[in-house]
Amino acid sequence: MSNGMKVLTNGILKENPTFVLVLGMCPTLATTTSAINGMSMGLATMFVLICSNVVISLLKNLIPDKVRIPAFIVVIATFVTMVQLLMQAYLPAIYDVLGLFIPLIVVNCIVLGRAEAFAAKNSVGLSALDGIGMGLGFTLALTLLGAVRELLGTGACFGLRLFPDNYGALVFVLAPGAFIALAYLMVIINKIQNK
Amino acid sequence: MEKLQSSFKNMALSLTIIAMVAAAALAGVYMLTLENINAQKRAKQEAAKLAVLNGQEGVAVETAVDGFGGQFRVMVGFDAEGNILGYEILEHQETPGLGSHMTHWFKNADKPGQNIIGRKAGALQVSKDGGDVDAITAATISSRAFLKAVNQAYAEQFGAEAHTGASQLHHEEEEVVIIEETEVSHE
Repeated sequence: MSNGMKVLTNGILKENPTFVLVLGMCPTLATTTSAINGMSMGLATMFVLICSNVVISLLKNLIPDKVRIPAFIVVIATFVTMVQLLMQAYLPAIYDVLGLFIPLIVVNCIVLGRAEAFAAKNSVGLSALDGIGMGLGFTLALTLLGAVRELLGTGACFGLRLFPDNYGALVFVLAPGAFIALAYLMVIINKIQNK
Repeated sequence: MEKLQSSFKNMALSLTIIAMVAAAALAGVYMLTLENINAQKRAKQEAAKLAVLNGQEGVAVETAVDGFGGQFRVMVGFDAEGNILGYEILEHQETPGLGSHMTHWFKNADKPGQNIIGRKAGALQVSKDGGDVDAITAATISSRAFLKAVNQAYAEQFGAEAHTGASQLHHEEEEVVIIEETEVSHE
């Protein structure tokens, strides 16, 4: 099962969707104002990624090549809408924060990218592992980015106060801070990986 | 199993079936969650109503104004005289860390300058505009919009009543109250 392990860890490190592939930047930048928001968005995307990878892998021989993109989009959009409804019904607090961004998972390039590049060519098991790996990589990246922005911007991490609010640099909670924090994290991750 | 060829029949059939299955699945989830979603919405509204009335007699008024980052909705609780019992922000897109502080800024009992609970609504203004409410630091526009919402809520509830009341009132005492109100609003 070393092949499976390779597929699983591929998404977390070597082809991390955020830090290495740099895919799906819209939700990455928009939702990571705090660690918990980033993590929730990551988990929602992971759920969609796993489900769509499995279903598309199952259907890959039933979908003619020329209509594969619309077929993939319908499958992905269905799962995204399900996540939105379920979140609204059972996790209203998180839905209040992320509600606006959930529909954007449909156009997240990671989901369609993995469907096209991996699930359409591999077995169901491997596709599920790829979904888990990529989803975890995305979740970890968003949580890390959210934690850095929350800490520098408000002095807290996961809502846990480390230094007073007044010393926070507000720019990190706002849009420019997202770019700055993401860029520095990318530099650090690449430095570590190239060693 | 062989991969299906991209013939017209195959493409149409495949897309139709996928779309139908997707629609059915979505309809199922929608029906499953509908009751819960409505319950959540009602619960939120009820909780806000309870919170703004603070356990006292009064009315809860919901209103919407344009803030710094788009429209936001506020629910304000008043007692019979139009004094503010409490408020809740139901929905907003104000800047996090600045305008978003309005969810708690104006009910901070330790800072009388910024606390509006217990004050009479109708003509509240930030100190920059000559009023006596301290605005949120670096978020004057959000603060102005918020006070406008509170005044608006007051007008919606008491403004119309005060007007119709004025023509019918005979008690001296109550007429005085109304004169006071117009004076305040002219300031």
